[in-house]
Amino acid sequence: MFGLFKKFKDGLAKTVAAITEKTHGLFGGRTIDASSLETLEEALFTADFGVATTGEILTEIKAASRKDKELRGQEAAAIGAAVLRRVLTGSERALTAAPTAPTVIVMIGVNGSGKTTTSAKLGWLLKQDGKSVMLAACDTFRAAAVEQLKSWATRLDLPIVASHTGADAAAVAFDAWQAAKARGCDYLIVDTAGRLHTKGHLMDELAKIRRVLQKNDPTAPHHAWLVVDGSLGTNSIEQARVFHKSFGLTGLVVTKLDGTSRGGAIVGIWRELGLPIYFLGLGEQPEDLQPFSAENYAKAVFGLET
Amino acid sequence: MFESLTDKLSSALRNLRGVGKLSEDNMADALKEVRTALLSADVHFKVAREFVERVQAQCVGQEVIKSVTPGQQIIKIIHDELVRLLGEGTTDLSPARPLKVLMAGLHGSGKTTSTAKLGRLLKKRGYRPFVIACDVYRPAAIDQLEILAKQEELGFYGDRVSKDVPAIGAAGLAAAQAAGADAILFDTAGRLQIDADLIEEVKKLRARIQPDEVLLVADGALGQEAVNVAKAFHDALQLTGLILTKLDGDARGGAALSIKSITGVPIKFVGTGEKVADFDTFYPDRLASRILGMGDVVSLVERAQENIDQKEAEKMAEKLRKADFNLEDFLAQLQQVKKLGSMQSIMGMMPGMSGVALPDDAEKQMARTEAIIKSMTLQERRKPDVLNGNRRLRIANGAGVKVLEVNQLMKQFQQMQKMMKMLKGGGAKKMMRQMEGMKGKGGFPGF
Ligand SMILES: Nc1nc2c(ncn2[C@@H]2O[C@H](COP(=O)(O)OP(=O)(O)OP(=O)(O)O)[C@@H](O)[C@H]2O)c(=O)[nH]1
Ligand SMILES: Nc1nc2c(ncn2[C@@H]2O[C@H](COP(=O)(O)OP(=O)(O)O)[C@@H](O)[C@H]2O)c(=O)[nH]1
Ligand SMILES: [Mg+2]
Ligand SMILES: [Mg+2]
Repeated sequence: MFGLFKKFKDGLAKTVAAITEKTHGLFGGRTIDASSLETLEEALFTADFGVATTGEILTEIKAASRKDKELRGQEAAAIGAAVLRRVLTGSERALTAAPTAPTVIVMIGVNGSGKTTTSAKLGWLLKQDGKSVMLAACDTFRAAAVEQLKSWATRLDLPIVASHTGADAAAVAFDAWQAAKARGCDYLIVDTAGRLHTKGHLMDELAKIRRVLQKNDPTAPHHAWLVVDGSLGTNSIEQARVFHKSFGLTGLVVTKLDGTSRGGAIVGIWRELGLPIYFLGLGEQPEDLQPFSAENYAKAVFGLET
Repeated sequence: MFESLTDKLSSALRNLRGVGKLSEDNMADALKEVRTALLSADVHFKVAREFVERVQAQCVGQEVIKSVTPGQQIIKIIHDELVRLLGEGTTDLSPARPLKVLMAGLHGSGKTTSTAKLGRLLKKRGYRPFVIACDVYRPAAIDQLEILAKQEELGFYGDRVSKDVPAIGAAGLAAAQAAGADAILFDTAGRLQIDADLIEEVKKLRARIQPDEVLLVADGALGQEAVNVAKAFHDALQLTGLILTKLDGDARGGAALSIKSITGVPIKFVGTGEKVADFDTFYPDRLASRILGMGDVVSLVERAQENIDQKEAEKMAEKLRKADFNLEDFLAQLQQVKKLGSMQSIMGMMPGMSGVALPDDAEKQMARTEAIIKSMTLQERRKPDVLNGNRRLRIANGAGVKVLEVNQLMKQFQQMQKMMKMLKGGGAKKMMRQMEGMKGKGGFPGF
């Protein structure tokens, strides 16, 4: 649906470069033996894939190297990428519009994961695609969170509904929906305060935002995305479990993959919860949000050319 | 998790009963379990491997002690070794005056919040702190720091025009000195360790301001990436310490061990919540327990000690022990608990409770409870038995709540008294069961 997404066809280029550099020695031309298998196992851990996926990749590479004593690093990498691609089958998802506007997207996540920046980037992306977007500044908790999103709105020339710090987040969501409807906006993007999944009362606030949105449109929110910081480890899975159970997520966005981390936790989340991955965050600029491609991701992780 | 690691170790070491000494062979399975446990706590794989090797070396040749299981014996060795590693170095800050502190780290790790937290802590220690906003990239980052500084009454410098970070740092330093500040904290923008331009920028800032402390602020839930991050920041900035944030969550915090092993710099502080008061000195034994999944009671007690009037607490403990506890005491207790920070961060420190969701808006409920008790006469608070229907109605009106809520409170109070009597009679197990029953029903927050 996004014509302009073609522009990002080479989307993961930056990630690829960073990761290739790291895996290069490992998957170079040499043949796979017992000691390189061990190094490989450990390298797989650095991707935070979790035990199950790491185990599967290793099993297949081991089986192949038993059959072919001359198995090369590059071939092992291809096997790894194939396993990953298989595991991730179905995990790509493009943003779809709801039958009646505005399509409501809520950004959820722990503190500092990238919700506000992702809200802004997504707004920009949709705007480039000719859609009209309204932002809702529902982080009324953190100091200057409202100002942060407002400043993005000014920079990207997007309309925004915001109140003040300490205001009722659900009330802002309500007003924002009304405003979006009145203006005939195609999308409403709701930025929420960062919250740790362990905090019951903050989880309740999210539920309230949902209830209030549903007063306007019983089918809202149409998308509830967990924004996952790609540099975090195994705790991301626990976060996803709890947010999903208490709020009902519809998908993921993984941020900060412009670093050297590989965000492998999303593989675990996909496997366990079946939450599709919509976008990857690859930087702090508006254009640094790219649709997720399992193929590219799998190749990138194993340092294969895309 | 602690139990399960102990269990796993016990079963891996089952056949050790008859054996006299721990050896490489008979420990192999157990140590594999240890390694898996460390990896699932996000300890970097290389760090985990080295750690296990060290533990193995310590264990080999030890007599299997008769009084404990081999599993417990090994856990103790692991725990001690973790504590030793994590605790190397001092949590004290440089004694320099003025004390200049540079904060650095990845995006969203908690630098700005920690700057305010550290400012508050130093103020409590008698410094005149001053914070300087050197994040010129993140929208409203300067506003964020300014708001926090105002709230905590710290000196503040920010420049909304310039993008020249080293120059801003120098100007801020001059402003701080002119204001007579003796603790000067520099908040910087989040940056990736592979972003050469931004790393160069913060290096220049460091050279310009010559800080006495350079603290890496790292998210407690950081994954394997921790090693790359720590190494690059240490190379660029010669770190002097680490602040580990967001420990109010349930991440196990293994990244701290990775960072510690890579840089060797001491862990100085931990962030335990979004509020500026949620900040603690680092204690290695607590993090070790956490990495091994044993809860963090000590932190809770510590926070209680810092915030609660000691005499008052002792008086209360005595009353609790004697099960002689009336509503007035309860009110005092509530007011004390409020000083501890958010309810969830308190719960998070109790073993096995970190995942427990608090009842609907626990904090608000606490405020209502307070209002109800405050609407009672002294006599009513001391002898709640006198509360008949009329009195309850009056109290409800006074507190602006429904009579039902007053009734609920009284019922819960009676339950609590019952529990205390049980506790007095040594029925702790029975009490735990009771508490289970109360959970989610809006039981007494703070107990
Ligand atoms: N390198 C990089 N930085 C990012 C990315 N996405 C967000 N950031 C940065 O990460 C930091 C936190 O991002 P925010 O968007 O404020 O995160 P948030 O989830 O809204 O944070 P809170 O509201 O404080 O919980 C900011 O410094 C962003 O610029 C990304 O994809 N890559
Ligand atoms: N729960 C929790 N949140 C924290 C803690 N420290 C910081 N935060 C939150 O993490 C987010 C990012 O913090 P901030 O200080 O802006 O990070 P910076 O980008 O590194 O300056 C904000 O939402 C903070 O409120 C902590 O110890 N616990
Ligand atoms: Mg935000
Ligand atoms: Mg900041």
